[in-house]
Amino acid sequence: MGERYHIAVVGAGPAGLSAAGRAAEYDREAGATSPSYVLLEGFSIFAKTIQKYQKGKHVMDEPGFLALRSPVPFVAGRREEILGAWQDSIDSGLNVRYDSDVTGISGSRGQFVLQLQSGDEIEAEHVVLSIGTQGNPRSLGVKNDAESDFVRYTLDDPEDFKKETIAVVGAGDAAIENAIALSDYNNVYIINRRNEFSRAKDGNLNAVLAAINDKSRPFHCRYEAGVAGVELPASPGEMGAIVLNTPAGEERLACHRIIARLGTIPPRSFVESCGIEISSPSADAVPDVDRHYQSNVPGLYVIGALGGYPLIKQAMNQGYDVIEFIHGKNTKPADYPLLQDQFSGLPYVMDAEDVLELYQQRIPMFRRMNPLAFRELIIESRILVSLPPADLAHTEQKGERSTVFIPAGEPVYRNGEFSTTFYTLVEGEVKLQLEQDGPWHTLKPGQFFGEMSLISGRPRQGDAVVSEDAILIETPRRIMVKLMNSNDEVRKGIDRIFIVRALQAAFRPDLPLAELSAVAGQVETCRFNAGQALFSEGEEGDCLHLIRSGTVVLSRGSANMVVAQHHSGDLVGQMALMGAPLRRDTAVAAVRTETIKVKRAEFLTLVNSQPEHVATLQGRLSSLLEKTNAMASQPEAARSIGFLMEQGLGEATNALVIDESLCVGCDNCERACAETHGGLTRLNRAAGPSFANLHVPISCRHCELPHCMKDCPPDAIRRSADGEVFITDSCIGCGNCETNCPYNAIKLSYAAPPKPGLLSWLLFGRGSGPGQPQSFTPAAADKERGKKAVKCDACMGQAGGPACVRACPTGAAMRLSPEQFVALVEAR
Amino acid sequence: MRESLLGWQQYRYLKWGLVLLLLSVALYVTQGGSNAAQPPNGGTWQGYVLGTLGALLIVWLSLLGVRKRSYKSTAGTVQGWASAHVYLGTVLLVVATLHCALQFGFNVHTLAYVLMCLVVVSGFYGLYAYMHLPGRLASIQSGSGEDGRLDELARIDARVRDTSERCDANLQSLMISALELTRVGGSAWQQLLARDRSRVMVPGSDTQKAQAVANVEQEVVVSHLAGRIPDARKQSEAEVLNELLGLFGRRQVLLHQLRREVQLRGLMKIWLYFHIPLTMGLLVALVVHILTVFIYW
Ligand SMILES: Cc1cc2nc3c(=O)[nH]c(=O)nc-3n(C[C@H](O)[C@H](O)[C@H](O)COP(=O)(O)OP(=O)(O)OC[C@H]3O[C@@H](n4cnc5c(N)ncnc54)[C@H](O)[C@@H]3O)c2cc1C
Ligand code: HEM
Ligand code: HEM
Ligand code: SF4
Ligand code: SF4
Repeated sequence: MGERYHIAVVGAGPAGLSAAGRAAEYDREAGATSPSYVLLEGFSIFAKTIQKYQKGKHVMDEPGFLALRSPVPFVAGRREEILGAWQDSIDSGLNVRYDSDVTGISGSRGQFVLQLQSGDEIEAEHVVLSIGTQGNPRSLGVKNDAESDFVRYTLDDPEDFKKETIAVVGAGDAAIENAIALSDYNNVYIINRRNEFSRAKDGNLNAVLAAINDKSRPFHCRYEAGVAGVELPASPGEMGAIVLNTPAGEERLACHRIIARLGTIPPRSFVESCGIEISSPSADAVPDVDRHYQSNVPGLYVIGALGGYPLIKQAMNQGYDVIEFIHGKNTKPADYPLLQDQFSGLPYVMDAEDVLELYQQRIPMFRRMNPLAFRELIIESRILVSLPPADLAHTEQKGERSTVFIPAGEPVYRNGEFSTTFYTLVEGEVKLQLEQDGPWHTLKPGQFFGEMSLISGRPRQGDAVVSEDAILIETPRRIMVKLMNSNDEVRKGIDRIFIVRALQAAFRPDLPLAELSAVAGQVETCRFNAGQALFSEGEEGDCLHLIRSGTVVLSRGSANMVVAQHHSGDLVGQMALMGAPLRRDTAVAAVRTETIKVKRAEFLTLVNSQPEHVATLQGRLSSLLEKTNAMASQPEAARSIGFLMEQGLGEATNALVIDESLCVGCDNCERACAETHGGLTRLNRAAGPSFANLHVPISCRHCELPHCMKDCPPDAIRRSADGEVFITDSCIGCGNCETNCPYNAIKLSYAAPPKPGLLSWLLFGRGSGPGQPQSFTPAAADKERGKKAVKCDACMGQAGGPACVRACPTGAAMRLSPEQFVALVEAR
Repeated sequence: MRESLLGWQQYRYLKWGLVLLLLSVALYVTQGGSNAAQPPNGGTWQGYVLGTLGALLIVWLSLLGVRKRSYKSTAGTVQGWASAHVYLGTVLLVVATLHCALQFGFNVHTLAYVLMCLVVVSGFYGLYAYMHLPGRLASIQSGSGEDGRLDELARIDARVRDTSERCDANLQSLMISALELTRVGGSAWQQLLARDRSRVMVPGSDTQKAQAVANVEQEVVVSHLAGRIPDARKQSEAEVLNELLGLFGRRQVLLHQLRREVQLRGLMKIWLYFHIPLTMGLLVALVVHILTVFIYW
């Protein structure tokens, strides 16, 4: 039988280290002779995620407003310094057990059994899971495949190896990129289990095929080759071998090294195998835990990135708190002062924890939410209190994270504003419009609004005006998306209201709420990937689509003849229900799109209740038909729109398009961009495709639902009310946004050295002139600070608008929204 | 949307230019006459006004170079400036001519005038280049840009190398030398002329030494290959030759386009190397002119 502990912490990342540190303090206080806890780490060294950061990376201690509560130190600094400090903490007496990959956890509180990969078992009364979300690399699955000097599952720097024979196993992007980089100095074999590289990005696919065909490059490929065995080298420095199973029989390849890039196994299945429930199927769903980080398995706790807290400081605080809770201490969490501050402006005197509880009860949709998730929601939200203007004038706004006072009787948002936050009404009243100049609806406490922009990413439709003494919770989109992904009840609740309001806005039905809800229950929500068709030309139609999010293009004749594009809130295919069932166009999702499908029966219920509105609908339809017809008779223009849509510009709100018949290639636009943005241009004029004199350079389009904002740990990417998507100084340089942007619009870069003044350059030839230096060596201090993500901010806050457009001498550079495309292609 | 330099804001500066032109002419014709002290000339008060106007215009026109580099400036857009620049620059020609009333000689005054004319002429060429060449460049580039073409060329070259390994030694060396002696670009002058200086080594025979001959537009190679196909003895040989012919056909087009692209880019830039230095010279000459006129006076 194995060892037995009070607490077993699994995963020695920041969360696990902090927990172990706190547990060690308890031992010291109790004067224990042997540790009451163990910290189990699967890797040969602690904090694997941080060890894998690039060398010298500047690690940030976001969020700045949160204080650290841990016996293990952590302040922003270089990766090496932080790892060094943690090493010191471990050396001062933490009970860490390395190479102890936990493969299974069984049992219940008081008697858990942890299975290690080595076959050992460890018993513990409580288990804290802090294994992060990075997952473990998939192994080769043969004897001797453990990570070693010979078999590697990662590659830090290809230049570490020279003049070797290396087998790279895998056919994904990582394998291809590694293999090609290695073949600069080594003899490389890439081992592909299949007979083609279908999983790779196009660029990598072309690159690997070119490398294979390039006779001058020591690059070879084995297709349809499975790994049958690994022969470790007899002594270090000698050659080992990899044995392959090929269609032609077994092949033995002698090599100095094997680099296997087979992807990672996400921790989800492991977590579920421990009995922990993850209620939502969504990939980024997190396990449900209570206020004490305890999962549905009593005695099994989940903290850190695995629990949905993606930053080091949060992870460390939770590590500390979880040990407190296990020891029966009901300590106030480290974020308690934050809550207090947020509630400080409320018109009643109550403990912050009680307000939290009260509010959760007031809002039906949040009532059954797990309290920890609600707590996080409040901490990330702003609490708004409306005051009569007279009072507002002499009420002082305290800190940034304190209660926010807003004027009563005025809009919290206006029509056309770009904001995607979600509002929940706790007290008072809100008057809401669902479209510009539309009728007013009154909301009562417990109801919410703002779900339209939350879901579609489009600007607000109509105003929302707040009454006196109202209290609102304003929650950022990011938090709501996370919540909707992990909590089905919230997602459904928001969806239901979204549909009701979308139908109200589109058809203005005069129906009692119950009936309207019944209709809303009958319509179907459909999802389409980019390129998927909603319906095709010549088909018989019996439904219309109301776009929830994304863009739909109508084409006629052939796919690239685009006669119209529709965005969220628009109707598509209504002709079928308004007289002509034969579809005249093919409707295709230009980007990932969601629609509400309305069938004839529901349509009739909706429109028959309000016959006056039918005339409006008919009027809109005929003006639409007029426009599509005009487009259809200009094939050249229609094809240009088709091209723009193909480039993903359907989801753009503000995109740079260059008229090639005017562009003289002076690159003044790029220079202007660099000059106004710290010496780094955010656009690449020459790159990108062209069609019929329209060129779409590489530059941010300020997407409706920016992909880049998806998982930014410090939430550094924001959107302004005017729609600009920009990156704040809290960027930690993790590179997620660079990966997530499908348009290559984000680059990680060191800050550029400052420029000489125009005069000192002109007159004395000092430094580099106006315009971007082709390459620069970052100053030592900038290198220290690390690379950060840079992208176009549409010259937000600069008088006169985008510098690229203002600097173009010929008028070739234009910044457009999709609504302007028609005018662009017609104005020839 | 999509306004060219000339049409900017419904020809705003064309209108300004015309007004200025009419005013200058009007001013000019009030000079002289039978009882005037002087004939039309830079020295009359009208002459002074026109001269001052011209000098101001020149200074302002030169400031385009500064505005173009003041990227944070909110003083209009560069396109607006350039549009005004073109029209007012043209009017300047008339203004200055009226000012001096065509009194030329071998002196610094006339030097200033001549320099100005050169700047204006180079400006006209620039305007022509800006208006017409981008469209031509775009039509060559349609689809893939220069990088795409260079990539394709590299792929074709690799395939030529591979394929020619299946040929006899003579043909192989011909092929390889055609690749190696292909020339694109070169000095600024060569880029502008876009003359093909590619060559190819024609292998020697018993009686003749191998020698390099001009291979303009890959013609020599293409016609050599085409000529050999009917003579091919084996089917496999004919196939190889056909494949090479196809590759060189594409190569021919790509190289031509690349050269033309380089040429057009050059033509769009070259004139500024005259326009700007001449502007500097003009400014100096102008200062000297004004100073001498005052000292003289
Ligand atoms: C490139 C990059 C840059 C980042 N920069 C910053 C930054 O500047 N500032 C910041 O605050 N955050 C940053 N983050 C986020 C930060 O790294 C994570 O939030 C943090 O590491 C989470 O800590 P954790 O302890 O929950 O998990 P992890 O740090 O991921 O630790 C999990 C540990 O568990 C081990 N493990 C996994 N499975 C098992 C198992 N079955 N058995 C035993 N052990 C196991 C792993 O080997 C690992 O050591 C960045 C992330 C990335 C990817
Ligand atoms: C402040 C601006 C200017 C002033 C005060 C000025 C003044 C004069 C005067 C007084 C004369 C008459 C000289 C004489 O009669 O001998 C003159 C002549 C002339 N000016 Fe100007 N001038 C100005 C700008 C210009 C400009 C912009 C140009 C053209 C680039 C120009 C070109 C000439 C020429 C070619 C002559 C005729 C010279 C000659 O008579 O031989 N001047 N100018
Ligand atoms: C004496 C008169 C003129 C002077 C002093 C002058 C001066 C200048 C200067 C300094 C620039 C800036 C170049 C750069 O920095 O890149 C410029 C650009 C230019 N000029 Fe002129 N110019 C004159 C007349 C003209 C005329 C008559 C035309 C055309 C009809 C013209 C057309 C242009 C054009 C098209 C540009 C390029 C604009 C750009 O790329 O930004 N110029 N000129
Ligand atoms: S950076 Fe990329 S994903 Fe983000 S808004 Fe710009 S184009 Fe869209
Ligand atoms: S500034 Fe205008 S003309 Fe110059 S490269 Fe950019 S788009 Fe082309």
